[in-house]
Amino acid sequence: MPRREDLHTILILGSGPIVIGQACEFDYSGVQACKALRADGYRIVLINSNPATIMTDPEMADRTYVEPITAEVVAKIIEQERPDAILPTLGGQTALNCAMQLHDMGVLAKFEVEMIGAKPASIQKAEGRLEFRDAMERIGLVCARSRLAYTMAEARQALDEIGLPCVIRPGFTMGGSGGGIAYNLQEFEDICARGLQLSLNSEILVEESIAGWKEYELEVVRDKHDNVIIVCSIENFDPMGVHTGDSITVAPAQTLTDREYQLMRDAAIACIREIGVDTGGSNVQFAIEPRSGRMVVIEMNPRVSRSSALASKATGFPIAKIAAKLAVGYTLDELDNDITKITKACFEPTIDYCVVKFPRWAFEKFPTADSVLGTQMKSVGEVMAIGGTFKEAMQKALRGLETGRNGFGNVPGKPHAKPEDCTPEAIRPHLATPRADRIDWVRAAFLAGMSVEEIHDYTRIDPWFLDQLQELIVHERTLLAAAANGLAGLTEAALRQSKQLGFSDRQIAAACPGKVTEWQVREHRKRLGVLPVYKRVDTCAAEYPSHTPYLYSTYSGTEDEVGTDDAAGAPGKKRVIVLGGGPNRIGQGIEFDYCCVHAAMALREMGYETVMVNSNPETVSTDFDTSDRLFFEPLTHEDVMNVVDRIAPHGVIVQFGGQTPLNLARGLKDHGAPLVGTSVESIEAAEDRELFSQLITRLGIDQPPNGMAAAADEALAVADRIGYPVLVRPSFVLGGRAMEVVYDRAGLESYMDRHRSFSEERPLLVDKFLDAAIEVDVDAIADGTTALIGGIMEHIEEAGIHSGDSSCSLPPYTLSDGLIEEICEKTRRLARELRVVGLMNVQWAVRGPKVYMLEANPRASRTVPFVSKAVGQPLAKMAARLMLGETLAQVGTVERLDLPFFAIKAPVFPFNKFQGVDTLLGPEMKSTGEVMGIDAKFGSAFAKAMIGAGNTLPREGKVFVSVRDEDKRLILPLIDRLHGLGFEIVATSGTARALQNAGIPVQRVFKIHEGRPHVLDLIVNREVRLIVNTPSGRRERSDDRQIRSAAVSHRIPCITTLAAVSATIQGIESWVKKPLAVKPLQEYHAMLAVGARTR
Amino acid sequence: MLEDGTVLVGRGFGADVETTGELVFNTSMSGYQEILTDPSYRGQTVLLTQPHIGNYGVNSEDEESARLWLSGLVVREACQRASNARSGAELSDYLAQHGVPGIDGIDTRMLTRRVRDHGEQRVLITRDVTTPAAQLVERVQQAPKVADVDHVLAVSTDKAMRWDKGYESSFSPPAPGAAKGKRPHIVAYDFGAKRNILRSLVACGLDVTVVPAATPAAAVLEQRPDGVFLSNGPGDPAICRYAIESATALVRKLPVFGICLGHQILGHVLGGKTYKMKFGHHGGNQPVIDLSTGKVEITSQNHSYAVDPSSLPDSVEVTHANLNDGTVEGLRHRELPVFSVQYHPEAAPGPHDALYLFRRFVELLEATRC
Repeated sequence: MPRREDLHTILILGSGPIVIGQACEFDYSGVQACKALRADGYRIVLINSNPATIMTDPEMADRTYVEPITAEVVAKIIEQERPDAILPTLGGQTALNCAMQLHDMGVLAKFEVEMIGAKPASIQKAEGRLEFRDAMERIGLVCARSRLAYTMAEARQALDEIGLPCVIRPGFTMGGSGGGIAYNLQEFEDICARGLQLSLNSEILVEESIAGWKEYELEVVRDKHDNVIIVCSIENFDPMGVHTGDSITVAPAQTLTDREYQLMRDAAIACIREIGVDTGGSNVQFAIEPRSGRMVVIEMNPRVSRSSALASKATGFPIAKIAAKLAVGYTLDELDNDITKITKACFEPTIDYCVVKFPRWAFEKFPTADSVLGTQMKSVGEVMAIGGTFKEAMQKALRGLETGRNGFGNVPGKPHAKPEDCTPEAIRPHLATPRADRIDWVRAAFLAGMSVEEIHDYTRIDPWFLDQLQELIVHERTLLAAAANGLAGLTEAALRQSKQLGFSDRQIAAACPGKVTEWQVREHRKRLGVLPVYKRVDTCAAEYPSHTPYLYSTYSGTEDEVGTDDAAGAPGKKRVIVLGGGPNRIGQGIEFDYCCVHAAMALREMGYETVMVNSNPETVSTDFDTSDRLFFEPLTHEDVMNVVDRIAPHGVIVQFGGQTPLNLARGLKDHGAPLVGTSVESIEAAEDRELFSQLITRLGIDQPPNGMAAAADEALAVADRIGYPVLVRPSFVLGGRAMEVVYDRAGLESYMDRHRSFSEERPLLVDKFLDAAIEVDVDAIADGTTALIGGIMEHIEEAGIHSGDSSCSLPPYTLSDGLIEEICEKTRRLARELRVVGLMNVQWAVRGPKVYMLEANPRASRTVPFVSKAVGQPLAKMAARLMLGETLAQVGTVERLDLPFFAIKAPVFPFNKFQGVDTLLGPEMKSTGEVMGIDAKFGSAFAKAMIGAGNTLPREGKVFVSVRDEDKRLILPLIDRLHGLGFEIVATSGTARALQNAGIPVQRVFKIHEGRPHVLDLIVNREVRLIVNTPSGRRERSDDRQIRSAAVSHRIPCITTLAAVSATIQGIESWVKKPLAVKPLQEYHAMLAVGARTR
Repeated sequence: MLEDGTVLVGRGFGADVETTGELVFNTSMSGYQEILTDPSYRGQTVLLTQPHIGNYGVNSEDEESARLWLSGLVVREACQRASNARSGAELSDYLAQHGVPGIDGIDTRMLTRRVRDHGEQRVLITRDVTTPAAQLVERVQQAPKVADVDHVLAVSTDKAMRWDKGYESSFSPPAPGAAKGKRPHIVAYDFGAKRNILRSLVACGLDVTVVPAATPAAAVLEQRPDGVFLSNGPGDPAICRYAIESATALVRKLPVFGICLGHQILGHVLGGKTYKMKFGHHGGNQPVIDLSTGKVEITSQNHSYAVDPSSLPDSVEVTHANLNDGTVEGLRHRELPVFSVQYHPEAAPGPHDALYLFRRFVELLEATRC
C-alpha cells in the first residue's frame, strides 16, 4: 500500500525540554520522522520548544515553530497552518498528552485534523489504567491486581483490597513521576497524595507489588495491514521495583526459554492489536515471577519511547523512521531494511552480540535527594555498550559511563575499593536497597565471599547475570596472579583472555604492581598483537551482506569488518573522527550532541568521510546515517585510540562533545591522534589559572580577584586576601560541579570539609564573588587569526547562578551599546590571543560600568544551538569547517549582534523528581534542559520561555511575596506593577509591612511557625498562583526552603531573584495585554536576512 | 577444521568425541534445545549466532525428539551455569550425555559470513591437536555430505505408533483450532518429525498415527485415515524416492498437508523439482508473505533445499513466498486437497504466527469428510 495521497501537511509534535524521563531520544525520533516524511513529499510543520534539538534546525521542516508545547499554542499553529494530520507518537508523553488535550478540546475536529500513528481511543485505552487492565483481561492477559483511585479516600479503600507493600502509579505521567512503592501506611499516604497531585487526570492506580520479579520489554511495530513484528527483546538486570529507565538493561533477553519468549511475543502482539495502535511502534512491559514463570503485563506505551531508541540502536532497525512511514500508509513489507538494503523492514532483527544499557544518575547534584531507586525514574542519561558477550558489553558500559569506573571493579575511592573492609553484614543493606552504586556492592559482595545465591536473595538480580559477573571476579584474581611479575609477565594468551572478558587497559594496568599506565599496557598489548576487531551491527546476524558501517569493537573474534563490503570506504576520501559526548548528564547533554551532529554534516558536505564515536543511544549522533561510519564505543583513551589506529584519520575533533572528549585531548594528542581545531595547548592555557591570569592581564582584561589553593590553609589565606564572599570550586569540572558561593570563613571551612579531593594537580579555585552583577555569555567563532561574535546573551538572574541554570536574553535587554561593544571586543581579542580555531565561550560579569571576565572555554558551549537558532547561523557547522582549514571569510560567518526580536532561553529543572530537595539555584548547575521563547517583544518572549519550561504563568489571582531585607526597597515598584495588573498580594509580616508602608494593599499571612493557616497552606491549597521568594545569601530563613519545595510539588512558579521577577512581570504584562502570537523560525530568519543590523 | 583447510581453535564442551558434519548457521536468539533435538539437523554441525547459549539450561518439556541428532554445536560462549526455574540440567552435560561435541570461543560471526558467502561446507570438530592439519583436512573431505546419505531412514520411527500428547505444557500457546464433531484420524509420516508438530495436530483435535518413513501408501490406506501429514526431516528430498512414491499415491485419495521436507516431497509429487540452496534458511525471523492476502507472517525455518517454482506445473499454486529472497514457502494444488509450507508453523523454536495452518488442515479434513 503506497503513501496516502489525501494528506498534504503533517504537524509533528516534539517533546520539549530535556527532563528526566524524556531526553534526546525524542529528538532522534523526531528527526527520523521529519526526514522520512519530507523525503516522501509531505509538508512538515513542527513544534518543539527545545532549541538544542536537530529537529528544530530550520532545514528539517517546512515550518518550524519554536514555541511552548501547550494545547493553546498548538491550537493556534493548527489554525494558522491547517495541517491535514497530526503525528503525536514520536514526541514522548508531552506530545501524546498535548494531542489528547487538543482532541478533547475539539480543536482537531474543528480544523479537521486527523490524528495519525495512534488514535485518541487507543491512547485512552493504553494510558488509562483501568481501560488498559480491562483490555488486557479481554485478551486473556493478566495484569497485577490493582484498584483505581481518584481521591485519598478511594486510595485507602484500594489499599484494603491490595495490601502492603503496593505500587502507586499516577495516570498520564511520564518516567513514573509521582509514583512509588509503599511499604507502610505513612509512605502510602505520602505517595498517593503526591501522585494525585501530579497526574493529569488526578488518577492513581494502587497495584499489588511485584517487586523482585524479572522484568522484560518488547518493542513492537505494527502496520495498517496488521503485520506485526518484534524489533527487540530487552531484559532488565535490575528486577521489578526499579524503574526501567533506572535499570541496567540487556538485549536480547538472556534467561527465557523459547517457549516463554514466544508466549511473551504473542502477548505483546495481542496487546498492540487490542489497544488498537494501527501503525507505528509501541513497547510492552512484562514481569515474570521467577519461580513459576507466571507472566503479567505491566504497561504499554502507544508511542515511540526511550526503549525504542535503545532498541533501534541495539539492532540497527530505525523504529522511528519506520513508524513515521507506517503512519502515512506504507506497510512493513514494502519498506526496505536500510541496513542490508536487500531485505525488507518486515522481519524481526536478530543480533549476534550483546547490548548493555547502563543509566547515569546525578545524585551528586542533589545531595539531599532520596537516592533509592524505585518506580520513579531518577537517572539523567544512559550509556549503551555492544560487546561480543554480556561480560564484554557490561565492562564497556561501565567504563563508558564516565563515573570513574574502568570496568567492573577498580574504582578509586569507592566503598568496595578495599574489600577487606567490607563484611557481608555491611554489604547486605546495599544489596537489598537499590541505589546508583548497587553494581559496586555486588562486586564487594563477591569479594567478601558471598555466593551467587545469597546475592540473588538480597538483590533479586537473576543468577545468570550474577554468575557472569562472578566470572569477571574469578578472572580478576587470575589476572592479578599473572601480572604479579609486572606487565612483561603478561602473555598474549593472558592478555587476550582479559580483553575478551572486557577488561580495560586501565584495569590491567591497575592489576600490575608498581605504577603501570594504561599506555604501557596498550603498547605491550599492541606488541603482542592483541587488538580488537570491529564487527558490524546488521539486524540479521550476518545472514545477509550489509553495507552500513555501524560498528562495535570486540576481542571475541578474529575477523575485522571495517572496510569489508561497506559503503563508506570510498578510496581517497580523508577521514575525520568526531568524538561525541557520551551519556547525558546535567551540564552535558543534547546541546553537545547537536554540535557533533552538525560537525558530521559539515564535514560530509566538505567531502570528508565522517566517523562518529559515541556511546549514547538516545542521540541523533548515534543514528547510523548521521555520519559515514559509526563506532558505538565508550569515550575513553583506549577505545578512541583503537579506532584512531584502525582507520588512520586525517583529523580528530574533540571540541564538540563537551568536557568528555576535551578530557581525552591531551592523551590522544600525545599518542599521535591528529587533533584539529584549537590546540590542546590553548585549551590547557585556558584551564591553567595562573597562565591564564597572566594572559588576560596582558590583554587588558579584568578578572575578579582570585587565587588557587592546594591545601585548606592556602584557601583560607586566598579568601582573606580577596575578601568574602568567594566562589569556590575544583578545577577541571563541567556544569559547576561542587561550585559554591561562601560568605565567610566558617562557610569555606565547611566547604572544604565536604570536598576534600583537591591537591597540587587539582587545586581548589577561589574567586571573589561579584554580588549583584549581571552575567553575560558570549559565543565566539574564530579561524585562528580572525574572531567573530556568534551571539551575546544577557543573563536574567544575576551572577552566582550557574549559566546553565540561568535564563538569558539574546540580544541583551538592559546592557548599553558601549558595554556590549567592550565585551565583544575583549572576546575577539581573547579568541585571537588563544588562537582559537572553532568555537569559544566566554562568561563575563558586568558590575556598574566595569566588565570582568569570569571564565573562557575554547570549545563548543551549551548555548551554541540556542544562539544558532536565534541568529540563523549554524555556528557548529561553520566551526567544523574552520577546524579543517577554512577561514571565516570562506565560511561566510557574519556577526549579528542586534536582532529585530528577542530569543529567551529558560532552564528546566528536575526538582519534581527529587522530593524535598531545595530548589534554590546557585553556582552548581541543576537543570536538565532548556527551552527557547522567541517573540518581537522581550516580555512576550520571556512569557513563552516560562510557559515552555512548564511554568504556569498566571494572568490573575494571588501572588505571595517574601523577600530578604536587602531586596525590600527594590521589590516595591515591581509588586506595585503586579498590583496594577490586578493581582492580589499576599505576604508575611516583614515584607507585608514594607508593602503597606509603600501604600500597596497587601494581605498578611502567617509564617509557618506563627500559626495556621500559614503560607504553606496557601500553597498546598493552590490559593497562590505565583511565589516571589528571594532567599538571604548568608543564612536561610527557616521557611524559605519549605516554601520553595512546596511550590515545586504543587507546580506553582517560584521566582527567587529580583531580575527574574522583573522579567516575569514583563512577561505577564505582555500576555495580559494580548494573547501570544506564533511564528515559525523560518520567518524570523527571513527577517534577519533583510533587516538585521550587522556590526 | 573446515573443509577448505581453515583451522579454528576453541574450547571443547559436551561430549569428548570427534565428529564431522555440514556446517549450517541458525540465527534464532532462543530455542537452542529445540534445535538440538530437531531430527532435521542430522548430518549437520550447527552454529548458533546468539553469543550466549545454555543460559536457561535444558528441560524435558522442550525436546523435539528423544535425542540429539546434530553432529556438533559451535557457539561463541557456552554457559557454565543455567538460570531458569524450568531447567533440569546444564547444556554441556546434556550434550555429553547424548554424545554430541560442542566448541565455544569461536568467531561465530566470521564463520557465518563464510557460510553465507561460500555456501555450506563440511567441518570437523576434534580435540586432536597432534595430527597435522593436512591429515585433518583429509578427514573432513572424506566425510559424507548431507546429500550422500539418506538421513530420513535413520531418524524415522521403526514402527507405527499412536501419538496422543497435545499442548500439555503450561508454556504452550492456546490450540490454534479444534475439530468439530468426531475426531478426524490422520496418518503422519515420520521423516524426522518434530514433536511440536505432532502435539499441534493432537491439540487441534486430531487422532494421530505416526508411521515410519518408508511405509507404503497401501499400508496407510488400510488404516482408512481422514488425511495424511508429511513431516519435516533431514537431508535431500530427492533421494527419498520411497516417500515420493507413497505420497504420489496418497495425494489422489486423501487430503495431505506437508511441512518442510514434507513440503519438498510434495513438490516432487506434484511435478516439481527441488534444489540445494547456498546456505538455506535457519532461524526464527524469516518473513513469509501470503500471496493471496498480502499479509506477512514471521516464521521459523530450517531448510537447505527449496522447491524450484519454475519446475511446477500449472496445477500447482505457489501460495506463500519468502519476502526477502522470493523463494517458495507454500504450495497448494488447485484441485486436490493438498497443501504444504516450507516453514515451521509449529514453531518450537520460533514465532507462533503460522499456527493457523494446523487449523486450515483440520478444516480441510472436515470439508473433505462431508
